[in-house]
Amino acid sequence: MADPNSSPRPPLVTGDKTIADVTRDICAPLERGPTGLWWGALAVSCSALLLGVVAVGYQIAVGVGTWGLNKTVGWAFDITNFVFWVGIGHAGTLISAVLFLFRQKWRTAVNRSAEAMTLFAVVCAGIFPLIHMGRPWLAFWTLPYPNTRGSLWVNFKSPLLWDVFAISTYLLISAVFWYVGLIPDLATIRDRSGPGWRRRICSVLSLGWNGSARTWHRYETVYMLLAGLATPLVFSVHTIVSMDFATSVIPGWHTTIFPPYFVAGAIFSGLAMVLTLMIVARKVMRLEDYITHSHVDQMCKLMLSMGCIVGLAYGTEFFTAFYSGNGYEQFVFKNRALGPFCWAYWTMVTCNVVIPQLLWFRSVRASLPCVFALAIVVNIGMWFERFVIIVTSLHRDFLPSSWADYAPTSIEIATLLGSFGLFFSCFLIFCRFAPVIAMAEIKGAAHLGKPAAGRREAHRQEHAA
Amino acid sequence: MNDRILLATFAHEDDLLAATAAVRAAGHPIVDVFTPYAVHGLDRAMGLRPSRLTWVCFVCGMVGAVGMLVFQHWTAAISWPLNVGGKPWNSLPAHVPVAFEAAVLLAGFGSVFALLWVSRLFPGRQARLVAPRVTDDRFVLAVDASGPGIDRATLERVVGQFDSLAIEEQTPRTGGKASC
Repeated sequence: MADPNSSPRPPLVTGDKTIADVTRDICAPLERGPTGLWWGALAVSCSALLLGVVAVGYQIAVGVGTWGLNKTVGWAFDITNFVFWVGIGHAGTLISAVLFLFRQKWRTAVNRSAEAMTLFAVVCAGIFPLIHMGRPWLAFWTLPYPNTRGSLWVNFKSPLLWDVFAISTYLLISAVFWYVGLIPDLATIRDRSGPGWRRRICSVLSLGWNGSARTWHRYETVYMLLAGLATPLVFSVHTIVSMDFATSVIPGWHTTIFPPYFVAGAIFSGLAMVLTLMIVARKVMRLEDYITHSHVDQMCKLMLSMGCIVGLAYGTEFFTAFYSGNGYEQFVFKNRALGPFCWAYWTMVTCNVVIPQLLWFRSVRASLPCVFALAIVVNIGMWFERFVIIVTSLHRDFLPSSWADYAPTSIEIATLLGSFGLFFSCFLIFCRFAPVIAMAEIKGAAHLGKPAAGRREAHRQEHAA
Repeated sequence: MNDRILLATFAHEDDLLAATAAVRAAGHPIVDVFTPYAVHGLDRAMGLRPSRLTWVCFVCGMVGAVGMLVFQHWTAAISWPLNVGGKPWNSLPAHVPVAFEAAVLLAGFGSVFALLWVSRLFPGRQARLVAPRVTDDRFVLAVDASGPGIDRATLERVVGQFDSLAIEEQTPRTGGKASC
């Protein structure tokens, strides 16, 4: 095997750490008290969450009529939010599963928090179809269970039902993948903590893990299997989400480009969210040696490539519309770029295609404030992409007599803010109580157990002394 | 039952790997090795066979896919046939996505539960650690010393050249000092 220190790649962990340093540094934020900044952030996100709870409670009590929907625009804000949040989740699975299969070791710095992000984003996403049902207490009707109405079964030919299965499978598999990854780290925390609630909780959750190599051997096999399962799963989930649209006959939705277009967009938006969270977390939790500039650089390059795929898809959509010779299809795209919602369309193009081109410059990728700003811009752009796809395709359909306008109500905006509140509250709580970096993975991936000859000699002398 | 176990502690994974291979080559039975992370190549050094959990995954996945295809066929074509847009009762392509999701769900849960089952990991199990730092930064090789031909001096001769930090003896029944 090549000496890891002679490799041209930058080191995964900077600051000349030993294995024990990794444990100490990553457990440190959990062991010191919460900072004022953390309390402040939690207060803000819990307030947003509370606003969302009130809004959701109100709209369930009064009905979906509190939204700005009408007979023509039957899907708007909530489905936009649903697709947005599912998309955010996909980067987490990309980082944890796809990059694992490709043996990209830099993923170890971000995979734990990206997986947590996936989990919370999918929870946020799930809320929207649930409240859109109007009577969410009957949500179990989407499951095929024997009932006294026949049994009347669910319609397995409907993409909306595929979505139920895809999203719930995705949530469960992501949760299991995340938890399996956490077990060895929970054992590390258990063995570091003195008697008390932290040790008791970690003791139960780490399932009696003792570091046995026989268990590690099976664990690695199962981790690989889960990565192998999660990879096609993540593609299937957003493919099915796109089929909610593509299998309809609405111009602007009924197109075969949707599955790859949606998957690329999902990963693009998710990477932007990972960067947003990571740039803040590395600073606040003092993890600069673990989430290094080179990690940010790698994610920027991934984000740029995904952004270019998304840009290509925007162009292809236009080309297909005009090449199809279908007047309705052509009208939808002209209407997108020049109609009443053109501001949303051009916001989308600017945020997703034009501004991310700055990432070609090394100096931009090296500047954390620039990357942070760009990630926010992409998040906004990707939200608008879903809004543009959904609302502009619906609001002017076949018959001009049924054309209508759409504007969200305060209830819908409050629900969106509430979902952000839920997401950030969950993420902040996760940062406080779980190791944000997979210790057991980074120790192995960064070759900390096999120090270079010089350092090793020093260690030996220190030991002898 | 192992009466005596000798524990050799190391600070580096390559020392541990070399020592494990040497102990195995010398014919001494290895009880287990305890490491803070998955050390690559340790399965070969210990002579572990590839895990059969992949088969559990495959079988669970197949059960999920076939079971869900059959169930969809039964609900959509036999139990209560519903005409949806004039499509055939059993429109197989439309049944693929849900069957795929069921396959992934069962395969994932099946392999994780099988892992927990065969590794005897469950909530409430008390971890018995051979050394307190084994989940932090220490690598421990546990050798069965109950048979003839191996004692502390023999093991020291075999692993001594690999920088072992300490060699100590632990009997499983009395040596629960680090369990918690």
